[in-house]
Amino acid sequence: MDVVMLSRIQFAATTIFHFFFVPVSIGLAFMIAIMETMYVVKGKEEYKQMAKFWGKLFLINFAIGVVTGILQEFQFGMNWSAYSRFVGDVFGAPLAVEALLAFFMESTFIGLWIFGWERLSKKVHALCIWLVAIGTILSAFWILAANSFMQRPVGFTINNGRAEMNDFLALITNGQLLLEFPHTILAAFMTGAFLVAGVSAYKLLKKKDVPFFKKSFVIATVIGLVASIGVALVGHQQAQYLVKTQPMKMAATEALWENSGDPAPWTVTAFIDTENQRNTGEFQIPYLLSFLSYSKFSGEVQGMKELQAQYEQQYGPGDYIPPVRTTFWSFRIMVASGTLLILLSMYGVYLAARKKLENRNKWFFRLMVFAISLPIIANTSGWIMTEIGRQPWTVFGLMTTADGVSPSVTAGQVLFSLIAFVAIYAVLAVVMAYLFIRVIKKGPYAAETQPETSSDPFDKEEYRHAIS
Amino acid sequence: MLSLNELWFVLVAVLFTGFFFLEGFDFGIGMSTGILAKNDTERRVLINSIGPFWDANEVWLLTAGGAMFAAFPNWYATLFSGFYTPLVLLLLALIGRGVAFEYRGKVEKASWKKTWDIVILLGSLLPPLLLGVMFADLIQGLPIDRAMEMKASFFGDIVNFYSVVGGLTMVVLCLVHGLLFATLRVTGDLQARARRMARSLMVPLAVLVVAFFTLTYFNTGIFEAHGGILIAVLAALAVAFMLAVVFSGKKKDGWAFGMTGAVIALAIATFFIGLFPNVMISSIDTAFNLTVDNAASGHYSLKVMTIVALSLLPFVLGYQIWSYFVFHKRVHEKGHLEY
Repeated sequence: MDVVMLSRIQFAATTIFHFFFVPVSIGLAFMIAIMETMYVVKGKEEYKQMAKFWGKLFLINFAIGVVTGILQEFQFGMNWSAYSRFVGDVFGAPLAVEALLAFFMESTFIGLWIFGWERLSKKVHALCIWLVAIGTILSAFWILAANSFMQRPVGFTINNGRAEMNDFLALITNGQLLLEFPHTILAAFMTGAFLVAGVSAYKLLKKKDVPFFKKSFVIATVIGLVASIGVALVGHQQAQYLVKTQPMKMAATEALWENSGDPAPWTVTAFIDTENQRNTGEFQIPYLLSFLSYSKFSGEVQGMKELQAQYEQQYGPGDYIPPVRTTFWSFRIMVASGTLLILLSMYGVYLAARKKLENRNKWFFRLMVFAISLPIIANTSGWIMTEIGRQPWTVFGLMTTADGVSPSVTAGQVLFSLIAFVAIYAVLAVVMAYLFIRVIKKGPYAAETQPETSSDPFDKEEYRHAIS
Repeated sequence: MLSLNELWFVLVAVLFTGFFFLEGFDFGIGMSTGILAKNDTERRVLINSIGPFWDANEVWLLTAGGAMFAAFPNWYATLFSGFYTPLVLLLLALIGRGVAFEYRGKVEKASWKKTWDIVILLGSLLPPLLLGVMFADLIQGLPIDRAMEMKASFFGDIVNFYSVVGGLTMVVLCLVHGLLFATLRVTGDLQARARRMARSLMVPLAVLVVAFFTLTYFNTGIFEAHGGILIAVLAALAVAFMLAVVFSGKKKDGWAFGMTGAVIALAIATFFIGLFPNVMISSIDTAFNLTVDNAASGHYSLKVMTIVALSLLPFVLGYQIWSYFVFHKRVHEKGHLEY
């Protein structure tokens, strides 16, 4: 494999892994902040226990998000140095602001929050977790500002063969960002909410600490419902924006080889033949693609063949069609997961409102445990669609992915790092799962401090104890 | 008056100085868990002594990287791709270490803790070693070609006698700095032993520092370019070092710690002063050097970033200092140990 392919695999693998944890962090921080605020306002010990228990899961998750994030910042320069040179003037700024504004805030106040239960007043302590939550959201804003530039470059001019920023405000009011940011944040809230709901459902199935987990479940499904509907609404706006700004991605998402005709039907499933550029066995819903693209039941959507011809005129010879199958199916997986999540949270809220959250809803609780994975699947497939659908570009219309790779790095080096990172990430995943399960099994009222015994086999006391 | 390019060069230098000053003692504490602590409780006390701080301290490195990317994209691109393999090792170390702090205390099992202890030790030893090597390489010069690409061999261009001395110096400097930090954060026997160990390391550290700067004199061109001011900085460094020895002898721990901090700051200053106005030196042809001008972003971008950075930095410093104030009490083994 060549260095471009290896670098792409590494970037994809490490970024996807990183983004398993990021939405969980954003979502949980927000929920814990709400729980601790309720503790401050209502003064009930139960809410403090809630903040502490979910806080334990948050911290296990947060640690991996943080350490895998360091790699994210480094690998633009490490693997994509030509890209970094070309866009650094524009793209570097939001990354620097992210570090300065968000990373410092998160890391300082998480330290204060973890160690400050006894040292800070209730209110100041609650403020700390709010600042962590705000920090995670700010972090998302700035990194998405950078990503939005790759999807739809704005606020720059080409000077001396590179992109130079000439309008910072345009960069952070990019239409792409104004949709991508709420979509991602709401998806993160949804992810955190379904984690809390799923774990609560598991404990309710086991009949452990029922009042505690019932309350957690209610908070979580309400947030889950609002967030999942919000994600879908913003997503609809994004589709309409996509038709205008990246029509090729839209066409690939719909596996639309020819122009759709007016009104455009939506293809639910199809066998996609990329070789001959056609589909077979399409199952379609009339009018729906027109509605998705323009919010009305008429209007044509351009197909890939016409766009390819158009791009060849505009950018010169080349293949401008992204991997169609991946783009097509990742979108459908995202939408299906999202729909399921809306339905599940609706039913959860319905049960809670009618005070029917009893153990006889076993099948529903079991579904909710399984649903912990759904937002993560939706997040991942959504990003795969966004990033794969932009190919062959790394910055749309300006630079291709292949041109962005580091000229001084060899395939051997990347293979080594790829194996190393995948290996360490695999270990982290196993360790994290183990710790998660432990904390969940112990529950919120497990003894806070274990009896303090030295566990150093070379310790004299320990040794004496062992042989006696 | 400084140009914006020069200002950003100074800011990057300040961020790295902050990083080595703060994360330097975290690395030192991490290493001391392996050589100073006698049992699990002592290891826990040491780890908890940096518990609330290490994460924010590490962000200084991320911010330095981000600042390089934004203000000097060519510097960021050449350096990060050129030092690919050492940076992979650095990342592995930082990834393991961060998780280890968080996870070590979560399970009461000897084998679990032993494993994380090794990760903490390696994760605290490798970063100063690798960064010391890289900084030494920066002033020594690296094979950078006309297109600003650095094609360096791992053994030879990156790892060589001079850079290894640089790396070892950084390791021992961080260790002493960390031990002195421990004297401020722990009590009793552990505190006394930390002080003693710091003192016993002063002589080897002095030998390394002298060796490194002597080699620097012969190996690099930085004294030719900046002789006068570098001599002054090194003189100040020598004074700070001696004061650190004196203060630690008198058990004035705070002052001693401040002095090793000054040694770190002045050592980083010599790197950046020595580099200026270059940011990377080419060993192929000085015409290929990356400078604060040819590596930088455009004027508009620098201006925006200057406004952002100067308005945010006071807040960052403010709440970080506040967090040290909140946790000013020493960590006691009978108290609550979070990690």
